[in-house]
Amino acid sequence: MSKRPLWRATSLIAIGLSLALMVMAVLVNTITLPQEYAWLRILFGISALNFTLRATVPLVLGALSGILCERSGIINIGIEGMMLAGAFGAFVAKVATNDWPLLSSLLVGVLAALLVGGFMGLLHAILSIRFRMDQIISGTVLIILATGFTSYLFDRDAVAEGKFSALHIPILADIPVLGRILFENPPLTYLALILVVVIHVALFYTRWGLRTRAVGEHPRAADTVGINVNRYRYVNTTIGGMLAGLAGGFLVLEAVGQFQEGMTAGRGFIALAAMIFGNWNPFGALGASLLFGYTQALQNELLLAGFTTVPRQFVSMLPYVVTIIAVSGFVGRVRPPAAEGKVYETEAH
Amino acid sequence: MTTMPVLEIRNISKHFPGVIANQEINLKLYDGEILALLGENGAGKSTLMNIIYGLYQPTAGEIWVEGKPAVMRNPNDAIALGIGMVHQHFQLVPVMTVAENIMLGSESVKNGFLDTRTVAARIRELSQRYHLEIDPYAMIEDLPVGVRQRVEIVKALYRNANILILDEPTAVLTPQEIEGLFEVMARLKQQGTSIIFITHKLKEVLRVADRIVVLRQGRLAGEANPATASERTLAAMMVGREVILTVTKQASQPRDVVLDLQQLSAHDDLGNQALRSVSFQVHAGEIVGVAGVQGNGQTELVEAITGLRKVDSGQIVINGQNLTNASPRHITETGEICHVPEDRHTYGMIDSYSIADNLVLNSYYQPPYVRNWTINKRAIQEHAQALVKLFDVRTPSVDNAGDSLSGGNQQKMVVAREFSRPIKLLIAAQPTRGIDVGSIEFIHQQIVDKRDHGVAVLVVSSELDEILALADRIVVLYKGEVIGIVPRAEATREGLGLLMAGVQTA
Amino acid sequence: MKFRVLRQLGQTLLLPLLALLTALVLGAVIMLLSGDNPWEAYRGLFAGALGNARGWTSTVRRMTPLILTGLSVATAFKAGLFNIGASGQFLMGTIAAVAVGVNFEGLPMVIHLPLAILAGALGGVIWGAIPGLLKVYTGAHEVIVTIMLNYIASNFVGWTVYAGGTQGQTPGPLWDITAGAVSETRDVLLSAQLPYIIGPPYRVHWGFGLALLIALFVWWLLYKTIIGFEIRTVGQNLKAARYAGMHVNWTIVRTMMLAGGLAGLAGTFETLGVNHKFAPTFTGSVGFDGITVALLGQTHPLGVVLASFMFGTLDAGGTRMQFDSGVSADIIQVIQALVLAFVAAPLLIRTIFRLRRVRHSLDTTPSARWGGLV
Repeated sequence: MSKRPLWRATSLIAIGLSLALMVMAVLVNTITLPQEYAWLRILFGISALNFTLRATVPLVLGALSGILCERSGIINIGIEGMMLAGAFGAFVAKVATNDWPLLSSLLVGVLAALLVGGFMGLLHAILSIRFRMDQIISGTVLIILATGFTSYLFDRDAVAEGKFSALHIPILADIPVLGRILFENPPLTYLALILVVVIHVALFYTRWGLRTRAVGEHPRAADTVGINVNRYRYVNTTIGGMLAGLAGGFLVLEAVGQFQEGMTAGRGFIALAAMIFGNWNPFGALGASLLFGYTQALQNELLLAGFTTVPRQFVSMLPYVVTIIAVSGFVGRVRPPAAEGKVYETEAH
Repeated sequence: MTTMPVLEIRNISKHFPGVIANQEINLKLYDGEILALLGENGAGKSTLMNIIYGLYQPTAGEIWVEGKPAVMRNPNDAIALGIGMVHQHFQLVPVMTVAENIMLGSESVKNGFLDTRTVAARIRELSQRYHLEIDPYAMIEDLPVGVRQRVEIVKALYRNANILILDEPTAVLTPQEIEGLFEVMARLKQQGTSIIFITHKLKEVLRVADRIVVLRQGRLAGEANPATASERTLAAMMVGREVILTVTKQASQPRDVVLDLQQLSAHDDLGNQALRSVSFQVHAGEIVGVAGVQGNGQTELVEAITGLRKVDSGQIVINGQNLTNASPRHITETGEICHVPEDRHTYGMIDSYSIADNLVLNSYYQPPYVRNWTINKRAIQEHAQALVKLFDVRTPSVDNAGDSLSGGNQQKMVVAREFSRPIKLLIAAQPTRGIDVGSIEFIHQQIVDKRDHGVAVLVVSSELDEILALADRIVVLYKGEVIGIVPRAEATREGLGLLMAGVQTA
Repeated sequence: MKFRVLRQLGQTLLLPLLALLTALVLGAVIMLLSGDNPWEAYRGLFAGALGNARGWTSTVRRMTPLILTGLSVATAFKAGLFNIGASGQFLMGTIAAVAVGVNFEGLPMVIHLPLAILAGALGGVIWGAIPGLLKVYTGAHEVIVTIMLNYIASNFVGWTVYAGGTQGQTPGPLWDITAGAVSETRDVLLSAQLPYIIGPPYRVHWGFGLALLIALFVWWLLYKTIIGFEIRTVGQNLKAARYAGMHVNWTIVRTMMLAGGLAGLAGTFETLGVNHKFAPTFTGSVGFDGITVALLGQTHPLGVVLASFMFGTLDAGGTRMQFDSGVSADIIQVIQALVLAFVAAPLLIRTIFRLRRVRHSLDTTPSARWGGLV
């Protein structure tokens, strides 16, 4: 299998930079630093990296969602809405089962997030395919719907009790520096990383993946060998919705613990940028998500360190500025699935 | 001797909203024969084949395979019955490998994962059996057109096709590659495959077919025997009347140089070198035809001359003025040129705009169409009415949308817009692609007319017949280089074919 | 000829009206399912919006920013661009207008007001130029860039009016010292405030009149001038436009600048006419409202004005509805989303109502694609 389509410049850059990050982390945290360089601890300290990983999870899940949809030919900018809806679904389910044992209650929440997200994904597919809505508009509609619905239905007095706690993996967690960052995390974080591998393998090494990619690149070619183009698009977009919903579920059940109106705060869009920067590859998207997650961590660390020379609002801008640079600096070299965004018409019987 | 046909089509009709594509067609294909299906553009050939292949459902009629009725709900059904199709526009995913493309839809799977190795082995086996050399691990986008066609054929054979439909397979091949294809077809026939060969090229049909069937406007116009038929009789069947196959023109009387290309080099969108030091001239009062298989730099050449593509080095001099890398508008105005693009839908017109608006697409900013920044609707209307009459564009109203016109009329509209300006240089790229014979004749006559009025004409066409009919001098492009310039009197199909394939003579 | 135009107009209006109707019905269903009373809610809604002078003027006041942001998005659509950045352009316009409006004590209104308006327009123009230039020179898709710019703008504007936090950050340049811990600006000077058409308590300011005039101007620009012809052609078929000799890149940048300026003016008029100062809490769902209004109005300036009226009604009635019937005003957003869904999928409405296909020469939807150079 030729490697060339899998690894193009931008995804390599994303992965490379993330690896560099990890190396710096190890160095900074194991070597004793002279005083002038203590600030490096802010940039590369364990707390920064933990935060990075936590910030990366919703981004990479959102990016995976985008990858599945777009690889099959459906542009999905509504990830933000699906994430928010999934978060809300998880919250409602968690609150409703507050008096259940914690683990069961949390699992119900995850299930709800998947269901709600899947429903949103299916809706996007129906609007785009069956009703031929422009796919960007369809995504926009989903965002507005999600924002409106979640605000309308949100009971501000409801409180969810408990969230996922860290799972300590024996032996691996004892590796200095990297062990504490990578192997002592709550379950959804591990799930997200596992999903990156699973989806990568599925896309490039299974029959389903081959057909999905064909449908996104040259649907007519797929049609002429008897593949049901729209069926693949429906299925992929629905699963994509589930992933986005899971991202929202993570925010409520693992990160924050409660629901807040608009809590996704643009993560869905940054996830899109991660998908583009990562060249529609799961590993590339992971690399890009780590980068964007890192800028969010940086913002937090600088704030905690009392670094007020630069106004906090400018630090908050960082992830968004980096995203713009990522999307414009390298777009000439990214290659989206060739047939995305276009309605595929099979001849009516 | 009555043998059972391997494929029989009984009374097939296909209606689309507003147009009847096929009307009560009856056809038989016998085992091991090459049946040619002839007809001009829009006659319904591809539609009929798509019905056989299961991509379309017939409005009426039946298909019988090996003596049994068959229903093709989708291509899978057709494939299961041994029918394979090589489409006119290749159905290959450019960013996937040969093996991936061939196995798509019929994948070999081991333990849940794709078993590419088994697929590659079978491809190599088929490759050898039929002398269709392909590398299973090559990426489609790296392969030249002739090889891609081989991939398409192997794709059909991989699925055990014994009825093979080839839809306009020679459109993108050099004369030598076409010979190669004919050899492959002969070998396939030898090994028991029956072939339906769709084309609109009369010479090929006479060369390779065992039987000929002609479609005209959706109906069966007749059958012919290649041993007894001639190009003239076939053309008459295709069109329904006597057709003048050559353009009548007097000898050209070339005067001053209008277009002077000096060592032009440019690259294409993918970064590859498209033009290498191209130099030639076009004089007023002559038609220079650029021949060559598509993809050898013709598109980029026209783009460079008209300002749509930046040139890396070299000069473009029009009417004595250096217009290299100037903007399209500047070139059009200063060079007094006009350009009939090779793809009218993408470049030549706006489908949803009215015919009137389309006719001022590159002159809307000039008086009388504009007055103090405002559009002068009446002037545009009048202009449109006049042109539509002059150029025989058939439409009930100039306010109708561009895409309400038939292909031939759309092209006439584009030609009307371009030819109605005072021009010194005319550039026409694939001017009669995909249109009916009547429109082809009209446009060819217009081009010769312009030449006789002293305009310098550059015609780029992948149809060798068109070049031979129109050109006074022929430039052959091969891989971006001018590999030969031949006066019409000395040009032969064989000689040109060799040049087009890169074989330099002397 | 005239009859045909009228009939076309009627057919074009039918779709949005049916969309609204369906959305209202669906909204009622949702309310019923959540235990709210839709009749009370809708009664409060329409009473609040149109029942009395206070309601009417409230509706009219809300229309102003909607018309302008709707025009912003619609104009961009005409060129095949998706301007989701209206809210960022709105903010940058606002802050520029405020900066001019709170300073320059002593300038006569005849200079100060136009200056403030100009500043506001310019703020939006610059914020719109950025995605335009990026698209043309790097191929970056305007959807992502404008969304990111929205967040950047909101952060930037937040900084300018920041009261200074607990950690000792210096307050922003436009912050009102007398406001204590509240992050907001000083009042805009009287000489830079938009005068009223109808004075208090109704407060219908001249921004409304200007917005209508601007809508007329945009209509003239798009359909009667060669600039509009170029914009529409680029939106229909970029390659054909280039082949026809149009300066495609410049048209794209120019259109984004125009769109940005319109959204910037929306913010400007809100500030100079209604709020007379700025606090970050003032911005609502400006950006998405603009998209909804643009699509509901079939990207035609006249349609945008009518659609703004529709949504202005919904917005204005929302508070009254909440007050009267206790139904949360968030349902309005849901209804708006539903209207958008039905308008953007004509096939959906047609399937529901079994309408015949109508040829729309008015609508344009941009083709969805990421990246790649123009």
